[in-house]
Amino acid sequence: MSKIIITGVLLLMSLNSFADNIAKAKYTFANPQQAQLFNNLLPNLRCLVCQNESLADSNAPLAEDLRKEVYQQVLAGKSQAEIISYLTNRYGEFILFKPPVESKTYILWFLPFLLIIIGITFVGIIARKHKNQKVTLNNQQRQLAENLLREVK
Amino acid sequence: MNPKKITITILPLIFFIILALLFWRGLSLNPHQLPSALIGKAIPKFSLTTLSGNTITQENLQGKVFLLNVWASWCLTCRVEHAELMQISESKQVLIYGLNYKDQLDTANNWLQTFGNPYTAVIYDPKGTLALNLGVYGVPETYLIDQQGIIRYKIVGEIKAKDWDNTLLPLIKKLRKES
Repeated sequence: MSKIIITGVLLLMSLNSFADNIAKAKYTFANPQQAQLFNNLLPNLRCLVCQNESLADSNAPLAEDLRKEVYQQVLAGKSQAEIISYLTNRYGEFILFKPPVESKTYILWFLPFLLIIIGITFVGIIARKHKNQKVTLNNQQRQLAENLLREVK
Repeated sequence: MNPKKITITILPLIFFIILALLFWRGLSLNPHQLPSALIGKAIPKFSLTTLSGNTITQENLQGKVFLLNVWASWCLTCRVEHAELMQISESKQVLIYGLNYKDQLDTANNWLQTFGNPYTAVIYDPKGTLALNLGVYGVPETYLIDQQGIIRYKIVGEIKAKDWDNTLLPLIKKLRKES
């Protein structure tokens, strides 16, 4: 029984990848550079309808339109930068999965590193403080400590 | 407790408050309401026909403050929004142009006949070419455009009465004064 289920699941999975290939096979290119540009661009562009999917994965009608648009621009010989600026001029930088590094995104990009540095410094200071602390015990405390150690043994 | 110790004790509380404020703000934002990249820019050039069959370009829209409402007969929210658009249209405060998005001519015209037509004219964009240049990613969307043809504001989703009262109408009055 379990074998049948596994076979079924595998079959479904293969169908899925088959459908995926059909979607991509619709687009044919004049040369491999264009195909590579197209295939590099799509996974990095956000579908604005289903926001966690890329234009490469999404089946939303808007994603289909934008795929066609990117395809036509690739065929027209536009560069990667030209296509990206075409899209960001219309849809804003949100369409890029990876936000560009610029003055308004400095906090986004560099805050984690700053926090790590602050954290390490903080831990360092505390550790040093503990190291430099000299512990002095009076006789009674010493006796207590020795008793405890003996018990452990 | 000495002052140094007090600072260290309070530090986590301050940290918590900052985080709480960030989350409070961040989690109350709607990720589907994106700012338009076209605010402050001119509406793109286009040459299409209206639902009644006349040619229309961006030049026909120059010289007046107006709303450009993107809608479709297949869009349920547009049906909800329609009542508000009718009210705005009846108030005669501003002209409303429609942009019919990825629709069919006869269904779109039927829709207007059945429910009423708040639009001065409706641009027919069955392939969504103008919509793509406007950065439309869902319907309904509404743009406020000034006398120079510059996009000044955008509402994603339906226009509610409070959007009209608190945002659109004051902005329209301000834009009229500017010129």
